[in-house]
Formats: sequence, C-alpha cells, structure tokens
Amino acid sequence: MSARSLLLAAAAAVCLAAPAVAQDVAITNARLVIGDGGQPIDGGTVVVRGGRVVAAGRGVAVPAGIRVIDAGGKWVSPGIFAGFTRLGIVEVDAVDPTNDSGASSAPFHAAIDVAPAVNPRSSPIAINRAEGVTRAVVAPDNRGSIFAGQGAIIDLGADMDAVTRPRAFQYMEWGEAGARGAGGSRSAAYALFRNALFEVRDYVARPANYVDRGRDAFLTRADAEALVPVVQGRMPLLVHAERASDILSMLALKREMPSLRLVLVGASEGWMVAAQIAAANVPVIANALVDLPESFEKLAATQSNVGRMKTAGVLVGIGTLNEDEARQARWEKQFAGNLVALTRVPGATGLDWGAAFAAITSKPAEALGMGDEFGSLRAGRRGDVVIWDGDPLEIGTSAVSVFIDGVEQPLVSRQSRLRDRYLDPKEGSLPKAYER
Amino acid sequence: MLRSIFLLGAAAGLSACAATGERADSAASTPPSVGPGKGKGYANDPFPSTYKAYPGAPTLLTNVTVLDGEGGRIDNGSVLFRDGKIVAVGQGLAAEAGVTVIDGAGKYVTPGVIDIHSHLGDYPSPGVDAHSDGNEATGPVTAEVWAEHSVWPQDPGFGRALANGGVTTLQVLPGSANLFGGRSVVLKNVYARTMQGMKFPQAPYGLKMACGENPKRVYGSKGRAPSTRMGNIAVDRQTWARAQEYDRRWDKYEEKGGDPPSRDLAMDTLRGVLDGEIRVQNHCYRADEMANVLDMAKEFGYKVTAFHHAVEAYKIADLLKANDTCAAVWADWYGFKMEAYDAVPENLAILEKEGACAMIHSDDANGIQRLNQEVAKARASGNRAGIKISEEQAWRWLAIGPARALGIDGVTGSLKAGKMADVVLWNGNPFSVYTRPQMVWVDGALLYDANDPRRRPVSDFELGQPGEGDVK
Repeated sequence: MSARSLLLAAAAAVCLAAPAVAQDVAITNARLVIGDGGQPIDGGTVVVRGGRVVAAGRGVAVPAGIRVIDAGGKWVSPGIFAGFTRLGIVEVDAVDPTNDSGASSAPFHAAIDVAPAVNPRSSPIAINRAEGVTRAVVAPDNRGSIFAGQGAIIDLGADMDAVTRPRAFQYMEWGEAGARGAGGSRSAAYALFRNALFEVRDYVARPANYVDRGRDAFLTRADAEALVPVVQGRMPLLVHAERASDILSMLALKREMPSLRLVLVGASEGWMVAAQIAAANVPVIANALVDLPESFEKLAATQSNVGRMKTAGVLVGIGTLNEDEARQARWEKQFAGNLVALTRVPGATGLDWGAAFAAITSKPAEALGMGDEFGSLRAGRRGDVVIWDGDPLEIGTSAVSVFIDGVEQPLVSRQSRLRDRYLDPKEGSLPKAYER
Repeated sequence: MLRSIFLLGAAAGLSACAATGERADSAASTPPSVGPGKGKGYANDPFPSTYKAYPGAPTLLTNVTVLDGEGGRIDNGSVLFRDGKIVAVGQGLAAEAGVTVIDGAGKYVTPGVIDIHSHLGDYPSPGVDAHSDGNEATGPVTAEVWAEHSVWPQDPGFGRALANGGVTTLQVLPGSANLFGGRSVVLKNVYARTMQGMKFPQAPYGLKMACGENPKRVYGSKGRAPSTRMGNIAVDRQTWARAQEYDRRWDKYEEKGGDPPSRDLAMDTLRGVLDGEIRVQNHCYRADEMANVLDMAKEFGYKVTAFHHAVEAYKIADLLKANDTCAAVWADWYGFKMEAYDAVPENLAILEKEGACAMIHSDDANGIQRLNQEVAKARASGNRAGIKISEEQAWRWLAIGPARALGIDGVTGSLKAGKMADVVLWNGNPFSVYTRPQMVWVDGALLYDANDPRRRPVSDFELGQPGEGDVK
C-alpha cells in the first residue's frame, strides 16, 4: 500500500473502531493471581470490558482498540475485598460527629442503613485504595439492641458513587456484645432475637395492623420491615459470635429457621466447632490473627483458627472486626501473609499462599453470597484489578496501579501529600504551609 | 525448673546481709541513712528485682546472618553464648566440646526484641474491669503510682510476645489518662510468680507523662483541670515548680541535716527526674505539643528521654535531634484521634534520615507480637520515599535504640561479647511476613522453641482453659 492509502486506512480504522471506554483495559505479561485459591501463573493476561472481567489467564486474547498495559512480569490480582470494616462511615473515631458507626439514642436498630452515611471522600478510603483495597463490607455498630442495622458493600473508588450494594446484609451482635445490647445476659439476647422473629412474622402477616410503639417498642415498624428479608432468607444475617458455645447456639437457631442465611463474624473459637459450622454450611468472616483471651469469649483464640476452620471445610474469609476497622483494611494483606507464615511453624495450621490470598478476596465475597460479582478475576466479576511491584502479601510491596470497575484510580492520599511536604523537613524561602 | 546451687547460695547470702537488724523489708545491702536519694534515708529500691536467669546450655549458632542490633551485620556468621552471656560474635567461631551447636543455614539471628511501650500486665488479657489497672485516672498528677504494682505476671500476653514476636525485654508504662501517669517498669519477658521476679535488674525507672487529648478529655469531662491543652501545660509547670521546691528542701536536708521534710511519693519521682535518675517517657502526638514539652523541660532543667507515639515527629526531626530526644513510634497507625490525623508511614524513616533518635514501639498486645514486621513496614515506606535504610540499620529500632532509651544498653540490646544472651534465632529473614521466631533465649536460657511444644509458657490463667498449651 502507498503511504497515503496507509494513512487513510489508519484514519478509517480509528473512525470506525469502537471508542475506547474508561472501563476497558487489558493487562498482559502478568504474574497472574485469579484469587480463587490457586497459585500465581506467569505470562497471564486480564481483559476488562465495560468494567467487568471478560477473561483472565494464559493465552487470553487482547481485543483491539482498548488500552493495553504490559505488566512486565509484575503481580496482577483482584483488589482486596475487605470482609468486615467500617470504612467510609468514620473519619476520626474519637470525633463523634464524624463517626456514623452507631447511634446510642436512636429509636431504630435493625432499620439502620449505613448506605446514606457512606462518605466516598473519607480519608481512610483513599489511604486503603492506595494499598490495593478495592471493595469493602461496611457494617454498622450496635447500640442498645442486638441488631446493629443494614450494612453495605462499597467500592473504594475516587468518584462520588461509593455504594455498590446498599442494604446488603443485617448485622447482629451475639455473645457478650449481644448480651449488653439486650439488657445484660445472653439469655436476654436469645429471647430478644426470638421475639423479634415473632414480631417480624406478625408484621409480614398483617403489616397494616402492626402497632408501632416508637421508642417503647422493641421493633419499630421500620425495624420489623428491615428484618423481613432476613427472616425470608433474601438477606444474609451476619452474626458476631466468638465463643464456641455461642456459635453453637446460633447454629441451633438456624436449624430451627433453615431459611436464615447465616454468616458468622469473628468466630475466634470457631476451630473448636469447625465440623458443626461446616456441616451447617455457614460461612465465616474471621479476624485473621486473634490469639489472646482478650475476653472470656476468646479463651481458645489461636492464629491457627482460620487454617483449622478451612481444613474442616468451612468457607472462611478475613475481616477486621474491632481491629481499627474504620481505617486499616489494608492490614489484611499482612495478616494473610502471617497465615502463610504459620505453615512453617510446627503444630500450627496456616494457609498456603493461594488460599491466604483467596481469604482476602474471593472468600469474603462468597461468604456474603457475592462471589459472582466480586473478589476474583473469574469471568463476569467486577473489574477490580491491582498491579503490584511484588508479592502482594509480602511486607514492602506496593500497589502500582489500582482499577475499580475497570477505571484506573488515583493513589494519592493526604498522607502522601504530607510526606511530600516533609520529606525535607527544613523550611525554604517560605513557610511549609506554602509548599504544595 | 532447677536452679543452680550457686545461684541459690548467692541469693541466700544477699538476704543474710540485709537482715542485720535494719528494716527487715529492705533488701538493700547498704544500711539506710538520713534523707532520700541513693543510699540515703528510705530505701531507693524498695521493690527490688528478684529476677534470676534460668539455666542454659552453652550454645553456638552458626551459619546465620547476624544483625547485631547496633547496625552491624555479619553474613555467614556465628554467635556463641555461655553462662547467660554473649561470648563471641563473628565468622567461623569454633565449636568446643560441650557446646550445643545449632546450624541455622539461611536464617537470621538478632538480639531479643525490646518493646519500649507496653501495657502488658497492667491491661492484661482478659480485658475485664477487674484487670483494668493501667490508668489511675483519679487525678491528673499521679506520679506516686508505679506501673509495676499493677503488673499481673499471669498475663498470657507475655507468652505471645515471646513466642510470636521474639520479645525478651519490655517497658510497661501507666496509661496516658494523666499528665503524670506514674513510674514505668522494665521487665524481662520471663514468667514469674511475682512482678519482682520479672523485673529487669538495675534498670532505671521511667516517668510516664502525657500531653494532648487524653488528659484534657478525661479531666475536662469531670469538670476539672486540665480541660485544654493550655491547662495541660499549666498543671505540668505548676507540678514541676513544686517538684523543684521539694528537691531543694531535701537537698538542703541531706546536706545540713535537721528534721527531715515531709515525704511525698509523687514528688519523690519528680525529684528523681530532676536529678537525672528517672527517665521521662512522654506520650505526645503533635509536633507543636512536643515543642512545648521540650521548652518546659528546659525551663525546669530536666530531659525528655523519648516521646512516645510522636505521630508528627517527622515534622520536627531537627528539633528532636537538637534536644537529643528520641521518638518511639508506630509504623502506620493513624486517624483514630485528631492528634493522630497527620500520621505518615514514613515517620520513622524521615527521623532516621535526619539523624534523630528513633525506634519502633507497639502499645498493643497484638502489635508486640510482630514488631519485626512493623519495622519492616517502616523501612519499606522509607525505601519507597527514597530513604534507603539497610536491614542492619533498621534492626536498631527494636534493639539498641530502645535499650539506650531505657538505660539498659550496657547489658542488652545488641549481640556484643559480655552482654546478656537475649537472642532470637528466626526461621528466616525477620523483615519478611513469612518469618517467625524459631528459638528465643533470655540470659542464655532457652524459653521458646518452635520445635518443642513443651518449651513454651502457659500462664496460670490459661491452665485448664479451652486451648491450654495450644500453639497460639
């Protein structure tokens, strides 16, 4: 072809090709981690179109016309799916007006919905995004009841649209915190829970007749309505229980109510009753490394908890309940690495690398019944992809590029701004306040 | 555990010396005389350490990468210790008869980890109200309380710190509810029936002070001073002024005799600070508040040994260096309070770059179990920002750094001949998340062995509980 016709052909190709969309990207030459429990594979490719994973693996074809990134052998994985956080609803824990995790004088509890409270601009979101956390489970905190309210799934993107799935689950406290919320004993919590189920059934049968006693009610009309999908098995019920016997009492309740989509949170003593949890097909979102009898609910806590539960066939994901959950979801990578470390400690039960990485990506998503959407690079999942400069579980590895729904994210945070200002602490010809 | 006859005999000898008709409750070997202070008047060490090293076998660790804790590194190195002391550190040390040789191919050996900020024992597990002994929050000035009197030696946290974190020495401080929290205590991370049995022999005392939000929130909410930051400083300065007066009165009495002045336990501690015997360990987050504290210290003639937490230390690295004041910090805690809002993960690295004294700390029963990882994080953050710090330099942050700040660097904090054999053999590179302690020695006694389920402590509390003796 002549030079001119080549140019014309090229121009025509550009005009006719589908416009490259911000949510399209292909990453080639990757040390690819799918997040499904398998080990990394070299020479991998991920293709994201319209914000979703089309394919990931070796020998995947890259469609024409989309942005291609050569990862140059770097690790590429799904973004971290933080299994239990309070990201986005707290700016500074100790500053009450910025802390929307719980409301002690509100008349509502189960009806609480964190979704409207999520602030995409809260500083922990940018800080955790920069470390490869792309999606998070956000739960309310209970005050004055066993029910804390309805949590959400959020993305950690830089846009103003953070809530991916509002009213994604109901969170409930059992054990010591549940007892506190119910007036002072576990039996009170148990009675309260059964009474709540009774009132919800009553509400479903005759919604117009439901007497809303407002503040004096245990369940306001709004609370009863919020619990309908839980009772009917359309919404998971995440229950915080640590002690082995508390886990068993909750499993017994599920046997009475098979429609209940129960998910256990915490479960420090889960390893003691792992067979029962597995037999009940109840997923668990556990803290990774609790190993102290911090309370009488956690006497048997051990870092081998997660590994033992997984070995017994329990579906276990990692969360950071009561571990700086408003701001340190990024620690999950370090925690997962520690679970791998246990495989080299005699007598301990850890997770191999693939399983550990799945525990902070696909497993927590699956625990919530959302493994089809999040937490892995299987086809059809959200295009949450991270390029790392090393093993993502090893200390010192940084996220080089972070994509959420296929859109590349900024990795700047106010911490990086402060760092840049003070890397050289000396004032120049103007005060530090002028340095940007 | 069997004790050597020699050690028993020596202890018997000491107590015999003390029981010469003077106060029977004092184990001090010098007969007391009038006035406070070293060797005068009331005993200056009324709760002396009864810690004794446990027996150990002469041990040679070979074929290891040695990080000596002072910035030195020996590849293909070896460490020999015997009778509780480091004998030699170098390459190709010979194995003599009777020495247990451990070939640590591919592994690292470091001094035992030192955590300069812990509340183990004072806020132990389980964290129930009856155990909540870390803050005497009944007044903003409680320099008279001593953290050691709250230490519960059965805290399971001590064992976790040893087995998972390789921690051999720790400073237990009062909390930060008060401006003057009380005396701290340095402990050997070795279980004992009594606090005295854990107490690090001859370690200087510290005085816990706190600036910032905690004191003013605790007391402001009770409608009393301090309720503001300016209130914090005012109460501080008034207290130091009283301490100076107390100091003068007792100095005069010691010099000239007469009727001894009234004894004030809080002022005793402050006098100890003014006399340079007790080290100020000051919880303080914000740069401006640290600057105020440094000026106050100059005003009253005392030294701030270390700021703890010091989240904004990076902003005033030059000031800290000029005052020879250390900063004990976290790798990446931030944002839980306003005063922690400006935390950056490069804090430690910037301090190191600027030549300020800096080290890691945990302030947490879980964090103490992975201080090596926290150091690795801090080093990596620095590296990313262009501040290159070697492994051997970074290891100072949990070895000689805290040892110096605690005044025990003469006897521990590094692998040097003559020092206590507080040693960790790691099962890999301790900067990796995949590494854990394999063996931990304190004064040459093997107190943790990953390969020996019987060589790990189970505190009284854990006996007969679910999970007793489990790998944790």
